[in-house]
Amino acid sequence: MTERAHLAVIGAGPAGLAASVAAAAGGVRVTLLDAAPEAGGQFYRQPAAELRARRPQALHHQWRTWERLREGLRTHVQSGSVRHLTEHHVWCVERNDDGFTVHALLGPEQEEPAEVRADAVLLATGGYEKVLPFPGWTLPGVVTAGGAQAMLKGALAVSGRTAVVAGTGPLLLPVATGLAAAGVDVSALVESASPKSFVRRSRALAAQPGKVAEGAGYAARLLRHRVRLLAGHTIVEAHGTERLEAVTAAALDGAGRVRPGSERRIPCDTLAVGHGMLPHTDLAETLGCGLDGLAVHVDDEQRTDVPGVWAAGETTGIGGAALSLAEGHIAGRSAAARLTGTEPGPGTWAAADRVRTRLRTFFAALDSVYAPPAHWTEQITDDTVVCRCEEVTGGAVREAVAELGAGDPRTVKLLTRAGMGWCQGRMCGPAVAGLAGCGLTPSRRPFARPVPLGVLARAGELDHQ
Amino acid sequence: MVGAACAWYAGRAGLDVILVDRGPVAGGTTGAGEGNLLVSDKEPGPELDLALLSGRLWGELAREFGDAVEYEPKGGVVVASSPDGLVALERFAEGQRAAGVAAEPVAGDRLHDLEPHLAPGLPGAVHYPQDAQVMPALAAAHLLRASAARLLTGHTVTDVLRAPDGTVRGVRTDRGDIHAPAVINAAGTWGGELAALAGVRLPVLPRRGFVLVTEPLPRRVRHKVYAADYVADVASDSAALQTSPVVEGTAAGPILIGASRERVGFDRTFSLPAVRALAAGATRLFPFLERVRAMRSYLGFRPYLPDHLPAVGPDPRVPGLYHACGHEGAGIGLATGTGHLIAQALTAKTPDLDLAPFRPDRFAEEAA
Ligand SMILES: Cc1cc2nc3c(=O)[nH]c(=O)nc-3n(C[C@H](O)[C@H](O)[C@H](O)COP(=O)(O)OP(=O)(O)OC[C@H]3O[C@@H](n4cnc5c(N)ncnc54)[C@H](O)[C@@H]3O)c2cc1C
Ligand SMILES: Cc1cc2nc3c(=O)[nH]c(=O)nc-3n(C[C@H](O)[C@H](O)[C@H](O)COP(=O)(O)OP(=O)(O)OC[C@H]3O[C@@H](n4cnc5c(N)ncnc54)[C@H](O)[C@@H]3O)c2cc1C
Repeated sequence: MTERAHLAVIGAGPAGLAASVAAAAGGVRVTLLDAAPEAGGQFYRQPAAELRARRPQALHHQWRTWERLREGLRTHVQSGSVRHLTEHHVWCVERNDDGFTVHALLGPEQEEPAEVRADAVLLATGGYEKVLPFPGWTLPGVVTAGGAQAMLKGALAVSGRTAVVAGTGPLLLPVATGLAAAGVDVSALVESASPKSFVRRSRALAAQPGKVAEGAGYAARLLRHRVRLLAGHTIVEAHGTERLEAVTAAALDGAGRVRPGSERRIPCDTLAVGHGMLPHTDLAETLGCGLDGLAVHVDDEQRTDVPGVWAAGETTGIGGAALSLAEGHIAGRSAAARLTGTEPGPGTWAAADRVRTRLRTFFAALDSVYAPPAHWTEQITDDTVVCRCEEVTGGAVREAVAELGAGDPRTVKLLTRAGMGWCQGRMCGPAVAGLAGCGLTPSRRPFARPVPLGVLARAGELDHQ
Repeated sequence: MVGAACAWYAGRAGLDVILVDRGPVAGGTTGAGEGNLLVSDKEPGPELDLALLSGRLWGELAREFGDAVEYEPKGGVVVASSPDGLVALERFAEGQRAAGVAAEPVAGDRLHDLEPHLAPGLPGAVHYPQDAQVMPALAAAHLLRASAARLLTGHTVTDVLRAPDGTVRGVRTDRGDIHAPAVINAAGTWGGELAALAGVRLPVLPRRGFVLVTEPLPRRVRHKVYAADYVADVASDSAALQTSPVVEGTAAGPILIGASRERVGFDRTFSLPAVRALAAGATRLFPFLERVRAMRSYLGFRPYLPDHLPAVGPDPRVPGLYHACGHEGAGIGLATGTGHLIAQALTAKTPDLDLAPFRPDRFAEEAA
């Protein structure tokens, strides 16, 4: 057999794109699969309209990076060294005796199966948004930060609206400025991190001139759009009968509790909430890859502990697009070297390695700044719906913990059904863990997507290209 | 589940009970299996007798807890997939009837009256009205809450305390000693380890099983339905994968398909071949399931003993030590009978069933 080694890359975000280009340049055949109709992932896909329209200085550099990557992908696709399979929803990656089978479902319907056989796989599945519940969060008009970003695509539909952006984390800034730039009246950015915690961490943050400059750029834009920043505040309730009409925001005290009497009502028709991101680890866990906390564990070469499986980008830890790019590049290089039988020498990816080290340090520091209020579970009233899929309330979860002997999210799930619905606990997991009084632990989801039983029954029997 | 049932029946017999578990309630195999209460899959013998006793007791408990534990006396339908299979199945049912099981033959052309969505062309089946269902985690939690037992979760038993004469005095946990004249080993798949702490051998081993869960659907499967080859699997000694899934609707809407049987130790790695076989078996029985989506799959480790019977009753080797473990794929169903028999043994009553086949020291010879 003289055929070139074949690498399957799952996820066409910054990490997967960088990996595909690097691996193809290194002489392996690549199949890049992604659920979306276009390459780009969370970052390049969503703010594209805004970026093109306004080309804000702070993001200019990243826009050029994206154009370079897209060009690289096009070249490799034309030369036949990369095959790009769009609208392929991967539900499972199976390890076989002689490699891997990637099992996918096609198109928006996700009914027809497709399978790809490969010698190695690279997981670049990114992350998903974390949202913590509070009274009223299920009202129409309350969206995730990413959902608000997606609204921007139809910029006409959003102008004239009044929005509040709330939660915690670095994503709230671009979301607030993005909405404002699209003509939405953003009446407040409610961030639970206190200005003090930034100061406490200022050394680690200051070591990142680029990032701080980016942050400063956002601050200037917040000002320009007259977005009021309420740091050290949280949303205690969203109000409305049919849909969202207003929110109540309140200040937090030093212990992370709502300061009585500080509540203020802010009228709005849109509330964009986010409490950071969590890594997608379903495919990795099913393959048996070890985790570090909630993220896939990788070594310096971005290899997981399962031979033949690499991982890069936010599946290995949340850290923004630039970090995903660096990790993807290293993973692609490493995979190409290993699959062509060479040992990657030191310095093969020295520049990317420096970026990776710097950004990981930076995001570790950010993580400790951006945290939900220490006592956020107190905001969840007994009739607040915690699990939307199965309509399980905060009271039901508390009863399972206090009276039925549940001490962990798994038992709460068994006793209340919280987390058993369509989203499989991706949404309510953090809230249930918080109410059960324990940290969020990875929950095994053997199927990254729901799979028709007929497809499952015949998995592995398709002809492979 | 077994520990909760022992606590319930012992408490009702007037005993003061402390339930110790290193995890939460239902954190062991009970939270990782299904809640079929079956007589249909058991051949005449001690296990069937225990199942019949247990089924009656579940019926009594259901009067108090029925809805809370999602008890459904829905009955089972065991389908033959070939004419030969039907002959074997009917012979099997005949033996069960003699032992007190209600088992009604169903001709091929009547099958769809019972289960309208079954595949066409199946030769026939046997209907078992005594088969029922509970939601195991809810059953364990509610039984425990209603019992007078003190619950100590998050306590790991690290030793069994014994007096100089060898009699049990209680247990040592990582959070302190608990003194009691009787200790019941209801540690399921880990029952062998607990027995070892008391210095005795009980060869409980894990047998892995996967379950598939679909998206929620309006009720389309009315009974517990499975193919007749299941009966052969349960009594099998093969280490290889075997599947003949039970298909059943649940109160909450999803259909459960399970379970596979493999002896692979405590290996938690997902196995696509195992769940693929479950999906294939289920879609063969119910073609409409082809387009229904599997949402998730989970696995657990059944506690099994070499002769596929549980250990129930006092351990003659260690006075004061009782065993209630090793129920393999039937520990939910058999829990009530087990708890009841243990309570009788603890209070020196004559047990309703002969405990000899369940003697915990029946494997002692092999140790030598
Ligand atoms: C609202 C919002 C605003 C942001 N703003 C900024 C910003 O201003 N600056 C910044 O640096 N970062 C920003 N980010 C973060 C940035 O988007 C991420 O850091 C970056 O996209 C991560 O890249 P990735 O390649 O690791 O993963 P992603 O970009 O998440 O790509 C993962 C890809 O994998 C695919 N995928 C996942 N699972 C499967 C599956 N089972 N089958 C098939 N395909 C699958 C997805 O479709 C996706 O395309 C923002 C994120 C959000 C949500
Ligand atoms: C996939 C699958 C499907 C099944 N389907 C069915 C079915 O349909 N019907 C049916 O009847 N049965 C079924 N079973 C079997 C059933 O689940 C088990 O037989 C039953 O749960 C055993 O209950 P148990 O209480 O003995 O064990 P467990 O539920 O495992 O409880 C034992 C407890 O002991 C604790 N423990 C162990 N060691 C220690 C220690 N040293 N200190 C403190 N605590 C300790 C554990 O934490 C655990 O909570 C199935 C099993 C599986 C895996």
